[in-house]
Amino acid sequence: MLKDMMPHVELFQPADMDNALALMGRFGSDGWALAGGHDSLAWFKDRGKRPSALIDLAGISELLGIRETSDGIEIGAMTTLTEIELHPMIRERFGLLADAARCVASPQIRNSGTIGGNVCQDTRCWYYRLGVGCYRAGGNTCYADTPEAMNREHCLFGADRCVAVTPSDTAPALIALDATMVIRNGQGEREVEAEDFFMSPGVDITRMTVLNPDDLLTTIRIPNIWAGAHFYFEKVADRNTWDFALVSVAAAMKVSGNRIQDARIACGGVECVPKRLVGVERLLKGSLLTEETADAAGAAAIRGAKPLNYNHFKIPLMENLVKRAVRSA
Amino acid sequence: MTDVRPGAVGLPGAAVHLRPDPYDPFDAALMMLEGRQNVSRREFIKGVIASGVAVSGAAYFAGCTGPAPAPLGGGVERLISLNVNGQVRRVDVLPGETLAMTLRYKLGLTGTKLGCDRGECGACTVLIDDVAQYSCSILTHRVRGLEVTTVEGLESPSGELHPVQQAFIDELGPQCGFCTPGQVMSAVALLKANPNPTREEARAAMAGNLCRCGAYDHYLNGIMRAAREA
Repeated sequence: MLKDMMPHVELFQPADMDNALALMGRFGSDGWALAGGHDSLAWFKDRGKRPSALIDLAGISELLGIRETSDGIEIGAMTTLTEIELHPMIRERFGLLADAARCVASPQIRNSGTIGGNVCQDTRCWYYRLGVGCYRAGGNTCYADTPEAMNREHCLFGADRCVAVTPSDTAPALIALDATMVIRNGQGEREVEAEDFFMSPGVDITRMTVLNPDDLLTTIRIPNIWAGAHFYFEKVADRNTWDFALVSVAAAMKVSGNRIQDARIACGGVECVPKRLVGVERLLKGSLLTEETADAAGAAAIRGAKPLNYNHFKIPLMENLVKRAVRSA
Repeated sequence: MTDVRPGAVGLPGAAVHLRPDPYDPFDAALMMLEGRQNVSRREFIKGVIASGVAVSGAAYFAGCTGPAPAPLGGGVERLISLNVNGQVRRVDVLPGETLAMTLRYKLGLTGTKLGCDRGECGACTVLIDDVAQYSCSILTHRVRGLEVTTVEGLESPSGELHPVQQAFIDELGPQCGFCTPGQVMSAVALLKANPNPTREEARAAMAGNLCRCGAYDHYLNGIMRAAREA
């Protein structure tokens, strides 16, 4: 595929939310909200996406920063991943998110990449990124699920015409922490649980999140429910830097003595959306912390996995990551 | 960069807001694949040749100075002031121009290298308000009012090299040297934030800079030396 420079595009730099929302409404699907720009600029340079106007969110101060609220914290969508990784309150209460943020891409990307951009980024399926007319691009074929397709990085669960996976490292952590996403458009504000924020291909194959063209993700709220719990995050990728997860696991567990009181656990890289492992959570709740529990959790995690030609390895990988998460408690 | 036709050309059934450029080889290929009659084989070949011949420096240059369609109104001003290496410079910047393009092809600061232009190699690393960033992946308009430091801005007024530069020379950091400006900027950012890093911390901080010569250990030795001697 041809690699090229930035095409011509209009740029708007609104200084407040009202102006940003007005621009999002005005341009609709021709507009593009720009956060850190790492996913976006690559799309534009490759001519994979061609919006006519960019709406740069960097100048909107209310989208920045981490604040304490009465029942937890809220993180502005434009807060950088480095800031999240280093923030004392997040490290102390929600170390899971700090660990996940530290695993994203490379130091320079974390310095400007944002949490909002990280959860909203598009999938990395290279057939799709190549600009072919696959289902996700509005066409009528999946190039990644044919007998010859190279689909080592693709999904184990929830395939519905598209077999791509969620690329976000922070998304499983936010789901394990029971976070809420705050979305705003010109008409008003709504809240969506992190788990429901991501769009499965069966519902709408052309987008990764519930965001409509005129919506902005403004804030991520994390309740104190899991503050200070036992956390485990692990990401397995081919390279330690830059690379996206083959499989990642984010687990929050409340343990007292030798017994798991409660658990919330999600995996990245195995489905088009971050996969919350409700069956594993149910199994863990009230269980003793033993090797048998870890084995059962691993087995429950992979139940129903449907591998493609080249991604069978993800099944034991996912099983082991879930086992490790349980053993770590 | 001439005739930008409105219309719904693109991948079969893809989003319809694409504006195909017949001189863009990829677009031209798509248009041919779709059997569009408004691009001739000659146009397609011309497009491929034009970009193929000019694929290195000249293509970059054309990309940041070429004529652009009239703005829709309300967007950013093109003539802006940038604070680069302590100097405020006026420069004409396209709305979609990246900082690496502006530095290299508008301001003549070619110490900043472009490797991949996709945020995947680190050669274009610069400091923005003392934080290391990929200048290929940030729009120039976003750094208005911020302090940009490139490798040209490191030496002292008397012409002495920055301790990191000197240490990289002493430890034989650069081999081919293409990644070196980016390595220097990442190391400078690290030492500004953490003047006494452990080797492991330095390794983590330098993880976003590739070196195809594989001189990673030399660069790490250089950082540890610079931290000792600074």
